[in-house]
Amino acid sequence: MGWDYTEITLDHFMNPRNVGEIKDADGVGEVGSIACGDMLKLFLKIDESGVIQDAKFQTFGCGSAIASSSMLTEMIKGRTVDEAAKVGNQEIAAALGGLPPAKMHCSVMGREALEAAIADYHGETVGHEEDEEESAIVCHCYGVTYEQVRRAIVENELRNVQDITNYTKAGGGCQTCHLDLQEILDEVLKAGGEAPVTENSESAAVPLTNIQKMLKVQQTIDTVIAPALLRDGGGIELVDILGNVVQVRLTGACASCAVSEMTMRHFVEEKLRQEVSPELDVEEIK
Amino acid sequence: MTRQVYLDNNATTMPAPEVVEEMLPFFTEKYGNPSSIHTFGSSVAGDIDLARERVAQLFNCTPSEVVFTSCGTESNNYALRGAAGAQPEKTHIITTMVEHPAILTTCRSLQRRGYNILELPVDRKGRLDLDRLAEAITDQTLVVTVMYANNETGTVFPVEKVGEIVKSRGCLFHIDAVQVPGKLPVDVNKIPADMISISAHKFHGPKGVGALYVRRGTRLRRFMTGGHQERGRRGGTENVPGVVGMGKACELAISSIEEERKIVAARRDSLEQGILKAIPNCAINGDIESRLPNTTNIGFEFIEGEAILLMMDRKGISASSGSACTSGSLEPSHVLRAMGVDFKSMHGSIRFSLSRYTTDDDVDYVLDKLPPLIARLREISPFGMHARLPETAPR
Repeated sequence: MGWDYTEITLDHFMNPRNVGEIKDADGVGEVGSIACGDMLKLFLKIDESGVIQDAKFQTFGCGSAIASSSMLTEMIKGRTVDEAAKVGNQEIAAALGGLPPAKMHCSVMGREALEAAIADYHGETVGHEEDEEESAIVCHCYGVTYEQVRRAIVENELRNVQDITNYTKAGGGCQTCHLDLQEILDEVLKAGGEAPVTENSESAAVPLTNIQKMLKVQQTIDTVIAPALLRDGGGIELVDILGNVVQVRLTGACASCAVSEMTMRHFVEEKLRQEVSPELDVEEIK
Repeated sequence: MTRQVYLDNNATTMPAPEVVEEMLPFFTEKYGNPSSIHTFGSSVAGDIDLARERVAQLFNCTPSEVVFTSCGTESNNYALRGAAGAQPEKTHIITTMVEHPAILTTCRSLQRRGYNILELPVDRKGRLDLDRLAEAITDQTLVVTVMYANNETGTVFPVEKVGEIVKSRGCLFHIDAVQVPGKLPVDVNKIPADMISISAHKFHGPKGVGALYVRRGTRLRRFMTGGHQERGRRGGTENVPGVVGMGKACELAISSIEEERKIVAARRDSLEQGILKAIPNCAINGDIESRLPNTTNIGFEFIEGEAILLMMDRKGISASSGSACTSGSLEPSHVLRAMGVDFKSMHGSIRFSLSRYTTDDDVDYVLDKLPPLIARLREISPFGMHARLPETAPR
């Protein structure tokens, strides 16, 4: 796996602009931590008319984290705070000529540091959303909140859990939050008037024949459900289909898992209903 | 052109010129199939026999105990799955948390089929607790699989002692010795192992060929069904050029152990000491009392490994890192995590692995280029001010 960085990214990594700190900064934003593997500290010097006169950064992180920080400071210098506040992670990535998918979280870190610095300038703090649900941690490995995940999905039009991990790092550690991430994703897509990424619109319209239903159930188990369970060390086998009752057997870690009952209801059934038919019920055969 | 300094020999090595020379005829005029009845093909069987004898010399075993495979990963798969297939009544496997993915992933795959897998922890230096290992063995234990030397830190496990414990309890003992040939002896008369995996490209042989030592009498279910090749244990026409190259590489490896122990280790030490002297806030990961002669893993505090590798790459220096950003996942190396390496340096850990082709000039070049590069990254880092000032100004 070599590096897939653009010339602009390499240039901003090898010759980063605006490195350092501003002692009498008007706004300071700090995101990430050394334990998580990357951290960015952004310093802003802002004049009376609200124009960012100077921006400096310090970054602990990989090449793309340093390049994203450098590019961010170049993009906001000379702009008013209000203009700068509109810089999103997509613009940072685009200015670098694009980032590899697994590195998009570096651009998100830039946007978050910028927000934190602007909030600091306004005498506020970010990360203290009023709503308890919003500030709830979803991914405990990397301390990613519900709101961070939700925003990343909306702003970057994310469509699957791997995307969420690439953009926010959520789900990149122990992976036990993958089902939660999928739920947030489904929720956002539903709220946006968009059906979750499945093909159920057509399948709902035309009733499936028995054989079509069976094939589709098997296919959904093989391509969607089994890979997801595999990440937690589990497995699933299709035993039989009787009318609308799908009988499955959980194997590996799932078989002995106390929450397997929940796994069944919340995940397997939901997926089969989405992908195949809303009529389906799932039954676990021990 | 930038100078190229290759210090990633635990990933792969340069094929020795002598190896390439012996292989070449098998790509051109000697292309016969060793299983053929005619002389044109069957004469090649003699070349495979010679290669097998050379591999057997490396193990100090008989040639019939050597099975050629396609790589170290296949050897590991064959050992574990073959043992599982031959003794299906035993469902317990003991390994360690710091094994190569070829072992860990295979174990986890068996776990999904109902096997109980115990991954033994290691201490801060990456060492095993042998008492704990002894306690873990039960009547149900099929195999204990332990690496000889760790690919990331070079830490060497006491495989002779592990073998004594395991064999006294009557279960199988497999060693992943992929990092070892040419560096330390792999003598099956001293190490009581039933199976040992090696891979040619890790010791100046070609890629695409490995071997599994299988002690006579060890029952393994055949791994690849097919023809009679490898005495029916692994069907498929032999990778003749690869096997020949592996034979030659084994011959060279046997004679290079002394050189490795004295000269390569001395170069590794001067690289390591030079780095520790010129760069503050860095520390060796692994067990310096018991370590491969060619490997050093150094954690540079307050900076991140991918950034270090990228900067070194621009100077023509190739090494590797256990940092999250280079692994394609977000988690840093499972080996360093298992060792409990301090998070300040975990993300900035770099492995330098030398070979007998590494020169003093290569070492000097790295000692010249690395310190300013580390200093530069620490200037960028918000934690950089925590680093002590270097005792000598960066060159």
